[in-house]
Amino acid sequence: MDQKTFIKTMRSWQNGSITRRDFLGRTGLGIAAAVMATNMPGLLSGSTSTSALGADKNIGDRLGLATWPNYHSQENLDNFAKTTGARVSMSVFGSNEEMLAKLQAGGSGWDVLVPTNYTISTYVKLGMIEPLDLSRIPNFDPSAFQEKFMAQGTVDGKVYAVPKNWGTTGMAYDSAKLKAKPTSWKEFWAVAKDQADGRTMVHDYQLTAIGNALKSFGYSFNSLDAKELADAEKLLIEVKPHLFAINSDIQPSMRSGDAILAMSWTGDASQLHRDTPSIVYALGKEGGELWSDFFAIPKSAEHKEAAYAFINYLLDPQHNKLEVLAHGYPSGDKRVDALLPPAMLNDPIMYPAVEQLSPLEFGAAATLTSPLRAELMARFKSA
Amino acid sequence: MDAVISPNARHADASDVNIERTQKKRRSLGRRITLLMLLPSTLWFLLLLVMPLMIILVFSFGERSAVGGYAGGLTLANYLNLGSRAAAFSNTLVLAPLGTLVCLLAAYPLAYFLAVKTGKNRSLLLTLVIVPFWTSFLIRTYAWIFILSGKGIPALLASVGLDDVRLINTPYAVLIGIVYGYLPLMVFPIYVSLEKLDKRLLEASADLGASAFESLRRITLPLAAPGIITGVMLVFILLMGEFLIPAVLGGGKVFFVGNALVDLFLQSRNWPFGSALAMTLVTIMLLIIGVYLKLVARYGGKPGEGAL
Repeated sequence: MDQKTFIKTMRSWQNGSITRRDFLGRTGLGIAAAVMATNMPGLLSGSTSTSALGADKNIGDRLGLATWPNYHSQENLDNFAKTTGARVSMSVFGSNEEMLAKLQAGGSGWDVLVPTNYTISTYVKLGMIEPLDLSRIPNFDPSAFQEKFMAQGTVDGKVYAVPKNWGTTGMAYDSAKLKAKPTSWKEFWAVAKDQADGRTMVHDYQLTAIGNALKSFGYSFNSLDAKELADAEKLLIEVKPHLFAINSDIQPSMRSGDAILAMSWTGDASQLHRDTPSIVYALGKEGGELWSDFFAIPKSAEHKEAAYAFINYLLDPQHNKLEVLAHGYPSGDKRVDALLPPAMLNDPIMYPAVEQLSPLEFGAAATLTSPLRAELMARFKSA
Repeated sequence: MDAVISPNARHADASDVNIERTQKKRRSLGRRITLLMLLPSTLWFLLLLVMPLMIILVFSFGERSAVGGYAGGLTLANYLNLGSRAAAFSNTLVLAPLGTLVCLLAAYPLAYFLAVKTGKNRSLLLTLVIVPFWTSFLIRTYAWIFILSGKGIPALLASVGLDDVRLINTPYAVLIGIVYGYLPLMVFPIYVSLEKLDKRLLEASADLGASAFESLRRITLPLAAPGIITGVMLVFILLMGEFLIPAVLGGGKVFFVGNALVDLFLQSRNWPFGSALAMTLVTIMLLIIGVYLKLVARYGGKPGEGAL
């Protein structure tokens, strides 16, 4: 590069027609600076962050994350951005179906997904996620997790997803405003039509909305039987006029008091109970859902380095502890449990008694793609 | 081209022909430039309107593939299943026209005031009408959740003795959201047509003994008609496809065809049925607008003036 071209390139940088990165790249100044920075520490101190100059491993400046509402510690996200230079841009969803549909449509820009157990085999079958290179997630220790959770992320012996959190789907209610104390799904739907008329929320999510209606008849949470589904539909459509809303994000309305009874995941109940102690959590005694969420990397991810770095960052037990403290979902990681305050480990919302857990079922892959369930949910919503 | 014309040009007695040819040439050049300038919009129209519509039409006769999405096929099943979304259609067909009407009733006085009664403050007031557009529509609609939910207006009403008023997640909340969101779109076209209103006409009609109402009916309204027609079309067309306001303020209980569409494409992933629904909505909309324009043409208003 001669002097003229150099000056010309500098002018185009100054007038904004090329970026600083282009300028450094074209002129070779970027490399020169990086070489100087590594070989002569102190020379460029404080001028630029080392990662931007490529001295550190450069993972890019952003990471697309598809996840659920109220599911991350802001402190962790901020620190991740600070230490790696990659800012997390988050999309939150109300259902796995919605997450799958967006990824199917393409151009999502996501690098990390947080799918729930029952969807993973479908993502694999559709070729949308790839087996994880576990050597790039040194903080992941398979032996720290229960076998039943690990198995959900493994397809044909390959690990496609590593556990994020697990939990249950039960009901949250404000015991100060609701006289009834529902302990079963049968009671949940009855109270929704009666004492909690106009103040009950149901997930905008086929798996739990239909599943918990099925449970109230004693059917399987995952039923695809036409007659059983018809019973569930009849119940849902009967209850609909009495509902406050069909929405998976229950917290704003439960906090404001507009809703006093809601279908709830573990963490929503933990967070609500923490701030409003009168809001309590119950599991249906007929059963219901036990679930586990995972980290997975879509094949279409544009920032794979960042994706691995992010998963590895959050699986560091010290960081994962912050996650659990923030959202109140158990991590399932023994190393994290060892760091948690005992009060949390004895919290019945997060760690229900064994006899309450035993009737629960994992969601089944078939419900995700079943046209029967999809259409039933759509009819319930448009009724 | 020159080569073709030049033999004639040499004959003086052929000058008439020559002029004619030059004019023809100029005209054909002009036509070519016109065509060239229309090309981008034609491509735009074909690529982004006709093509997608064709794809939707083809999809609407297909079948849902096993994991969702589209699988080929030739079936009317999707159209025969439209009845299962009757509630969505009836909600849309009630709330979209109602919303348009309320918008019109609220916008007309405002537009009249802005156009006729304001002096030097006019630009400031007009800016104030636009200011809400500086914030995302989603955020502005979301804000209404807090205004309409238990601790908002219902709490105020309770303090004056009106207990247990429910607003959020009802059709009323959706209607309020609609009027709030679409009012400026109605105000501006009406404002533009009223701004040109010659005040001397009103003076003359008053001098001739017309009451205020008579002047409104026989002078102001007919002159504002083009703006009203445009505003009504703008708001109504957008409302027929609305999904955000019912989703945010309807809480999944007030369901528009737009919401059914989002649901079919993003939740149940039944693209063929979604396509059939979309085609039906487009057809209904075209029919309504066709009838509306016919009526407008018949009862006053010059044809074409109300067109977008």
